[in-house]
Amino acid sequence: MHNKSVAQLVKGLRERQFSSVEVTRTYLNRIAALDCHYNSFISVDAEVALAAAAAADKSLAAGNGSALTGVPIAHKDIFCTDGTLTSCGSRMLANFVPPYDATVIQRFKSAGAVMLGKTNMDEFAMGSSTESSFYGPTRNPWNTELVPGGSSGGSAAAVASLLAPAATGTDTGGSIRQPAAFCGITGLKPTYGRVSRLGMVAFASSLDQAGPMAHSAEDCALLLNTMAGHDPLDSTSSTAATVDYCATLGDRLDGLRIGLPREYFGEGLDNATGKCIDNALQELAAQGAKLVDVSLPHSALTIPTYYIIAPAEASTNLSRFDGVRYGYRCDNPIDLHDLYTRTRQEGFGDEVKRRILVGTYALSAGYYDAYYKKAQQVRRLIKQDFMNCFEQVDIIAGPTTPGPAFALGTKSNDPIAMYLEDVYTLAVNLAGLPGMSVPAGFVDQKPVGLQLIGRHFEEARLLNVAHRFQQATDWHLRTPGSAQGAHQ
Amino acid sequence: MTIKQDDIEKIAELARIRICDEEIGQVTRRITEILQMVDRLQAVDTLGVEPMANPLDAIQRLRPDEVTQSNRRDAFQAIAPAVENGLYLVPRVIE
Repeated sequence: MHNKSVAQLVKGLRERQFSSVEVTRTYLNRIAALDCHYNSFISVDAEVALAAAAAADKSLAAGNGSALTGVPIAHKDIFCTDGTLTSCGSRMLANFVPPYDATVIQRFKSAGAVMLGKTNMDEFAMGSSTESSFYGPTRNPWNTELVPGGSSGGSAAAVASLLAPAATGTDTGGSIRQPAAFCGITGLKPTYGRVSRLGMVAFASSLDQAGPMAHSAEDCALLLNTMAGHDPLDSTSSTAATVDYCATLGDRLDGLRIGLPREYFGEGLDNATGKCIDNALQELAAQGAKLVDVSLPHSALTIPTYYIIAPAEASTNLSRFDGVRYGYRCDNPIDLHDLYTRTRQEGFGDEVKRRILVGTYALSAGYYDAYYKKAQQVRRLIKQDFMNCFEQVDIIAGPTTPGPAFALGTKSNDPIAMYLEDVYTLAVNLAGLPGMSVPAGFVDQKPVGLQLIGRHFEEARLLNVAHRFQQATDWHLRTPGSAQGAHQ
Repeated sequence: MTIKQDDIEKIAELARIRICDEEIGQVTRRITEILQMVDRLQAVDTLGVEPMANPLDAIQRLRPDEVTQSNRRDAFQAIAPAVENGLYLVPRVIE
């Protein structure tokens, strides 16, 4: 049962081959038995999940099923869930039970999906290893000495270890794609504004975007069909029309022009990882795609640009955590100033505090033009690089990460080394483009991800390319030994 | 560029984050490293480039001025650290 794809679950549930209660119980049992090895979930409420599954079975029996009726899905603990803890991996929100659902959660509920639980993450989504969670690190199912990537590491590990058929994630600088690459699954960050941000705890509001994480491109397309669309309650939500992301999955790749940015294949890329990417590109070429050399000349500036813009936005967004209206409050504050400063000292972890301080500095009087305005100008140059490339090619491809998953503890005390992990993913967020990571091989039994980048709102094309690739390869079907049993 | 401990103390005060004496040296070093890393931008020629706040250059949409949400004060205050008679409680500000 736990080897089935989302597409197979949808079909089997609709045909009454099995019930949602059976499927949901299977996953709950697996979580109870195996998640002690991975720590991929922060909270699981079996009773609530089984009640939702029973309701789904009723709908299915009455012939009222929707797109995902009865399918269990795990959600990153960044999405507000009415009545269920939403910690964002932080002590600051370790007691926060929201009184409303995020739009993404609401959409999954409307589509009939069953919430399996809430997954672990780097605190406030700031990190690339899921080691900064207040709830302890998540471990990589392929090798529990390795990190699963981050910040959506709990979602990636849960899907990779078959503790959930699919999950939601969020991506501000690579937080869906990098853990998907490290855990050998498929993940999609949609175009900025494609999926509503309402009820998603804000990190950097001009970069944040939610997306699906699953084994295959087909499953990601099924989830995106539910997630994407305009939300009048999110003022940055796009009004552009959505398409059926499943409709064009099988389209042929003849004549597709794939750009290979030379900056993504140079110094810094691990040789064996580069070899996997080359092989993947050859497969796409064998299907008729044309590989074209392109250049993104401002690539070297993406890390400094991101590490001004993201912290600046984070410092303003996280000013709301003041110990007054919800969340953590320090004990026995002597006055209001003490209440604010000690609540934030005790409630936030080191990396979150660092980013708030960097952001506060970049926005402070006398430094705003030199840092924040400058970064916003370079951001436009970075976006322009992509726009220039997309005049010559249809999509861009390269590695998701410079190398495979690293060992726990090796970068957690060195912020800059951790920041370098996202060297190939950050620019996509700065430019607001859709990006994907697709399993493309292994280096020493560690998964490698192929990154695909598309024009704004061309998620369907990325999913199409990924699906065609997955029809010819089986990297996305491999599952770690620790999860017992292969994905069929 | 180097940043002094005094600067970090000032930023921390602006950000309303207490940093204890044992940590301030380490925090100053880390922030300095990050600021040195981002300083590379200073060398880029951005003359005449318009700053980009939104990746799609979108502007804030306006909506009709109509009531769309109901009052849920009780639900919101139920998760507050301290409330009384519909008010959020904080330490005394005015003696």
